[in-house]
Amino acid sequence: MSAPDYPGLDTLALHAGAQPDPATGARATPIYQSASFCFPDSDYAASLFNIERAGHVYSRLSNPTNAVLEERIAALEGGVGAIATASGQAALHLAIVTLMGAGSHIVASAALYGGSHNLLSYTLPRFGIDTTFVDPRDPQAFANAIRDNTRLVFGETLGNPSLDVLNIPAIAEVAHQAGLPLMVDSTTTTPYLIKPFELGADIIQHSATKFLSGHGIVIGGLLVDSGQFDWDASGKFPTLSEPYKGFHNLVFTEEFGPAALIQRARKEGLRDFGACMSPTSAFHILQGIETLSVRMSRHVENTRTITAFLLEQDEVTRVGYPELDGHPDQALAAELLPKGCGAVFSFDLEGGREAGIAFVDALSVFSHLANIGDAKSLVIHPASTTHHRMDAEALAAGGIGEGTIRLSIGLEDPKDLIADLKQGLRAAQKAGGGSR
Amino acid sequence: MQLDVNGHAVYCYTNSRAIDPSKPSVLFIHGAGMDHTVWTLASRHFARHGNNVVSVDLPGHGRSGGPPLASVEAMAEWVISVIDALLIDQVALVGHSLGSLIALECAASQPDRVRTIALVGTTSPMPVSDAILDAAEADDHAAFDMLTQWGFSKRHQFGGNRNSGIWMIGNTLRLYERSRPGVLFHDMRACNDYTAGLAQAARVRCPTLLILGAEDRLTPVRSTRALQEAIPSPQIKVLPGAGHTIMVEAPNAMLDALHSVL
Repeated sequence: MSAPDYPGLDTLALHAGAQPDPATGARATPIYQSASFCFPDSDYAASLFNIERAGHVYSRLSNPTNAVLEERIAALEGGVGAIATASGQAALHLAIVTLMGAGSHIVASAALYGGSHNLLSYTLPRFGIDTTFVDPRDPQAFANAIRDNTRLVFGETLGNPSLDVLNIPAIAEVAHQAGLPLMVDSTTTTPYLIKPFELGADIIQHSATKFLSGHGIVIGGLLVDSGQFDWDASGKFPTLSEPYKGFHNLVFTEEFGPAALIQRARKEGLRDFGACMSPTSAFHILQGIETLSVRMSRHVENTRTITAFLLEQDEVTRVGYPELDGHPDQALAAELLPKGCGAVFSFDLEGGREAGIAFVDALSVFSHLANIGDAKSLVIHPASTTHHRMDAEALAAGGIGEGTIRLSIGLEDPKDLIADLKQGLRAAQKAGGGSR
Repeated sequence: MQLDVNGHAVYCYTNSRAIDPSKPSVLFIHGAGMDHTVWTLASRHFARHGNNVVSVDLPGHGRSGGPPLASVEAMAEWVISVIDALLIDQVALVGHSLGSLIALECAASQPDRVRTIALVGTTSPMPVSDAILDAAEADDHAAFDMLTQWGFSKRHQFGGNRNSGIWMIGNTLRLYERSRPGVLFHDMRACNDYTAGLAQAARVRCPTLLILGAEDRLTPVRSTRALQEAIPSPQIKVLPGAGHTIMVEAPNAMLDALHSVL
């Protein structure tokens, strides 16, 4: 007799966390758009407030629709639990403030989404949390940057915007040897392309606005706890391993074992900072996740078609997709991301800034906006938008040039995307003095 | 709370309270390969309801030291040693799976020390398949997988946890993965080898509650008939939709059921 198989990713994407609605039998997960929930009697109320029963009190803390989404992403990632937050940024903030306070330090990849970079580089230092940014391709650089007060190692599965493939096994080992957790932002990869917990990561952050949803109609984030990190053994996380006065001296590792982090994040961070997700947003994200595999495989297929086209163009001096020859992480990508490296990548245009602006302005199928991971194809010029706060040196450290264009490839017919790109390339050539 | 029992460190969750001799005491015993955290909701509840709560980590489990014990009888003696160390005269015992056999053995062998027992996800005898025993003996992850998957009802293979944000399958699997090498095998073998259950059940004189999962695949309701007949006048609560991992699958219904004896 052998162990039965666990449900597969596609099955979990449709079913995990959900049961037919106990109140109505509704097969789709209903939107419980209610701020609060009635208590049948006073003792029941007291038991909910004191973490004795399962149930809902107030939708800032938990909500039945959000609970389905949280359990679904935890199942898809192979974790113990998750929290739905107002945005991906809120998920990152929630993790950090749960793990540390003033006087702490983070070691992060230098190749981050601009919003994450802002939070770590400019905002958190005001609250006493500093970050050292390091080359995402150099695990030793992560090790060298760790200090006594470091409490987190952080990177993106695919660094923004050059798609540096984070060597999760190597960097997790560096973090674990220092008694620290590794947190990764897996927004661009989703559990369809990579399972960071199986590679050694301890915490995952998603902007659910992107590929998990696919439709681009909501803002939302997800924080997922693997339950694999031993907070007690580390001894560096008193928020988890020592009595919490804010909840009658509850010790989260003592009472919740592997779910200590995600429980503290809910009982404190979600309660006090309040960056919860709307139940309607959770519903919309659930609709997206139901088709995650189908969409992601098409995103990758279209991306491969588009990168092959761009490689042939004289106006294009570089195409930064890890599956391509010349990308420094090609071998690592083949090992960690065999199903593809997502659908967001950048390329460089000859002609610099003027060419880049002309290219973007000439497109009509691609939408010029600050987002990725929509079913529709998107384009942006990072140096003038998402990364405009970074100086030239910081831009270069992130692999961004003045002519760099970032594309998020959608699900359109690829022939129409190529026709649109040809139009942009002609405009770029005129503006920037390209070779044709 | 940390104790010393038989020369080994013992951990008991007590809701951060000292034992108050004026209060009734409830002692919770986890199942194979688990630890005290499976009882967090229930122990918090009965602490607020005026009880001393003691949720133990069996030897070699969780935060308790020492080697795992080899038999249900030895584990029952150890439980009595724990209440001796805590200066508790009489206790209510709530046990899950292996823990239920320990509670049963305590009630039969130490009737003066046990005022009531609640057996959750129980049966007797409790044979364990060769597949699980072999995998557990080899410290093969397949043992964790089998127990996790068969430990939940079919409907809960996809979760549906009322305890927000916790993927019940993942959390249970992680608890097994935290167990020390060999511990699960010791526990499963103790379940398998405990053949005195029905005879001991006949000796039980205290109020007894059986809380069973209607869709339990490890200790199915139909397998409990002999135990139900052996225990004098047991109360039986069968919880719809629940499998074997009742504390997770039906936490609120389990609390309500426990109130009938606690």
